[in-house]
Amino acid sequence: MIASKKSNRTRLLFSYLLLIAVMVIIIYPLLWTIGASFNPGNSLVSTKMIPDNPTLFHYKRLFAGESSLQYVTWYLNSMKVSLFTMLGTLICVSFTAYAFSRFRFKGRKNGLILFLLLQMIPQFSALIALYVLAQMLGMMNNHWLLIMLYIGGQIPMNTYLMKGYFDSIPFELDESARIDGAGNTRIFWQILLPLARPMLAVVAMNSFTGPLGDFILSSTILRSPETYTLPLGLYDLVNQKQGASYTTFAAGAILISIPVAIAFLLLQKHFVSGLTSGGTKG
Amino acid sequence: MQHKKKAVLLSIIPGMGQLYNKQWLKGICLIILALAYGFIFADLLNIGLWGMVTLGTEVPRDNSVFLLAQGILAIIVVALGIGVYYFNLRDAYKTGQRRDEKLPLYSLKEQYFNLIEQGYPYLVSGPALLLLIFSVIFPILFSFSLAFTNYNLYNSPPANLFSWVGFDTFVQIFTVDIWRTTFIDVLSWTIIWTLVATTLQVSIGIFLAVVVNQKDLRFKKLIRTILVLPWAVPGFVTILIFAGLFNETFGAINLEILSALGIDSIPWLTNPFWTRVALILIQGWLGFPYVFIVTTGVLQSIPDDLYEAAIIDGASAIQKFKNITLPLIFISISPIIITQYTFNFNNFNIIYLFNGGGPAVAGSNAGGTDILVSWIYSLTMTSSQYALAAALTILLSIFVITIALWQFRRTKSFKGVN
Repeated sequence: MIASKKSNRTRLLFSYLLLIAVMVIIIYPLLWTIGASFNPGNSLVSTKMIPDNPTLFHYKRLFAGESSLQYVTWYLNSMKVSLFTMLGTLICVSFTAYAFSRFRFKGRKNGLILFLLLQMIPQFSALIALYVLAQMLGMMNNHWLLIMLYIGGQIPMNTYLMKGYFDSIPFELDESARIDGAGNTRIFWQILLPLARPMLAVVAMNSFTGPLGDFILSSTILRSPETYTLPLGLYDLVNQKQGASYTTFAAGAILISIPVAIAFLLLQKHFVSGLTSGGTKG
Repeated sequence: MQHKKKAVLLSIIPGMGQLYNKQWLKGICLIILALAYGFIFADLLNIGLWGMVTLGTEVPRDNSVFLLAQGILAIIVVALGIGVYYFNLRDAYKTGQRRDEKLPLYSLKEQYFNLIEQGYPYLVSGPALLLLIFSVIFPILFSFSLAFTNYNLYNSPPANLFSWVGFDTFVQIFTVDIWRTTFIDVLSWTIIWTLVATTLQVSIGIFLAVVVNQKDLRFKKLIRTILVLPWAVPGFVTILIFAGLFNETFGAINLEILSALGIDSIPWLTNPFWTRVALILIQGWLGFPYVFIVTTGVLQSIPDDLYEAAIIDGASAIQKFKNITLPLIFISISPIIITQYTFNFNNFNIIYLFNGGGPAVAGSNAGGTDILVSWIYSLTMTSSQYALAAALTILLSIFVITIALWQFRRTKSFKGVN
């Protein structure tokens, strides 16, 4: 008995030590970035995690409106592109998934196979076409073109997830509503959508964070700095010679990461249940 | 002659069969549709199909890119037209059949309700499908067709035309020495990267989930919140942060951590080997929380009776873990594990944002850490090798689709298709 208590204690001790080490590894880069953002001077050669005389200079610089550093514009561009992509995706995906889950119509099977295939062909397959065509059609730097492309790219996978979730909601619910005189659209709005909230959260998260972190399509279409989204703008900052603007990048990175991370942690429990059910159900 | 045969034959001119079947409104609609189709698309079909075949004959009148685009549009339009035409024939046949069997024909009102009821799924999914056709399918078809042309910097419109060359580009990838060695290098690194990085992130995720899930461990909620942070912070931001941390002139990894441990500076960004090591470590950091969360969900759903029964049977902790916990985890999350592999196979962001696919390597057309996706990206963006990039895209898509099909055949949703 005593021996097993002792081995229990060592097991717990090792677990805590390991978890502390892991947490340090996770937090260190984040703290280092926060430290860098308050570090005086542009370069990091003499950086310290807790600077001797912290400064808000880099944060002020972000909002000063220099022509090569239009942080506010990039931020708003990113929000605009991500929000509209999310809205468009939610609308397209939930209606399409409803049709594919609840109706048996000609072309349904082929449609599903098409979605399956498109979900596997990554969207950058279209990269060359988009680059060449956007250039020739004069659609370079057009946010709405980018939003359209993002929505199109989000449809196949998310429709699949959503359809799977709708399938798991018993069909008897629709039928009894139908007997009570509800039409197709009403069944959709008042019965299926409220029940599918966890999966709606997953789709919303996918379609918001997808465009927010995308570099490949946005760098293809957006070429002039005032149309940049955050990934493009921040990438430029990081890649200036000798890390000349790295501290400013750090400040910019903090200002986007904190709201996104907080939203993520708050909404986590809503989409985690959707994710696990979607994952295991495929 | 039977009504159904007559109706089909008449329907060779759209709408005539319906008129013969006395469905006046439907017949007239189809005739108008057919005329409008011919009227609106005549030019596009004419130029598009001609352009598709020739890709242009005269500079500066013709532009190969536009002709190819119009050609693909024309093919999509033709496909839609064939669909409607088929509907027209089939409808005439079906109605004729009802007449042969002396069944009453649907009245206008019934037809209207039929249309609403059957049309509903088309109506609600139609906009999404159109969007899909023009923002995904059309560009993909366009890219794929470029692989069979000789479109590169020297054959660029508007000054020059490009033309169809069949499989030449594919043959070049495998016969021209520099392309072949680069292709094999990039492909093998892509595969190593996918296997090592994904396995690392999956094992860290599962391992930590099991550790945190121990019954007598405290502060679970706080620990879990901290462990999902790498997933909560936007990925592009963390990759750029790591690009700074690993930087050789000011990064903290060399200057603070390694020097504190008494280790010499490591050339993280200039030596391909060390860049690869750094990339795999970063992906482990970035990718484990997702697996961690999903595994935690699985662990919490394993009923306690299973373990109690095992204890009665005298199972040790290790046996319980090996025979109950691990199999249950793998059964539930194997689809997620496979998607992690396919995700990393195409994980452009980490490769490109960390070091631009570099460092450059002598005797190769790709950077030392370029995976297929990022190589295709730089071939398109910096060296204008459009045909080559397109051919590589096709090879890569075939590879991904094969793996993904193999995976999807085993999951429920594919069975749901049938």
